[in-house]
Amino acid sequence: MLHIVNKSPTERNSVESCLAHAKKGSKVLLIEDAVYAATKGGAAEARVRSAMADVTIYALQPDLAARGMADRVIDGVNLVDYGGFVDLVAEQANCQSWL
Amino acid sequence: MKFGILVNEGPYQHQASDSAYLFAKAALAKGHEIFRVFFYHDGVNNASRLTVPPADDRHIVNRWAALADEHKLDMVVCIAAAQRRGMMDDNESKRQGKDADNIHPSFRISGLGQLVEAGIQCDRLVVFGD
Repeated sequence: MLHIVNKSPTERNSVESCLAHAKKGSKVLLIEDAVYAATKGGAAEARVRSAMADVTIYALQPDLAARGMADRVIDGVNLVDYGGFVDLVAEQANCQSWL
Repeated sequence: MKFGILVNEGPYQHQASDSAYLFAKAALAKGHEIFRVFFYHDGVNNASRLTVPPADDRHIVNRWAALADEHKLDMVVCIAAAQRRGMMDDNESKRQGKDADNIHPSFRISGLGQLVEAGIQCDRLVVFGD
């Protein structure tokens, strides 16, 4: 299962909701403002780090770069471009956008 | 693989339409099929042929249209969502007794059944919204 989250953890609780519901082994892709959850010193850093024990976290690199956050990514977060986004959707049996 | 894409937000206000476009473009570049792009809720505003952004900004509507024309994409605008927002094609404009139409010719107006069908026919339905 691929979970797609697009809102900053300081704007909505969708990152938290997603991580609370995602089953072990799931993949979570952070896009748009949700990439802030993948940054060191960000509001969700501790939550994301602890979630990495059960789920794999990905972040959309172009969205990190657009926000000037490309060099602040938490270690262990996997970066993908749009092609990688497509691959993640294709490789998982289903995907859920947390809108 | 066959993808369906649902766009629930309009252009320029949210990133959803940009993300959906770049996803669609990347999927096509990888040889995947886009079965349909469905524009729902404020997403119908992505289909206005009267959109005129500043010259140095991306033209979201024309960009979708160019991608659709190049790859023969089926881009469907929800009719009920469109009518609520004053979006109509020539036929609907005449039927409603209006004096203008504004749907770009690369898009077509249809109903929610087209979204349901995309959900059934596609291997994956990817949703972009606010």
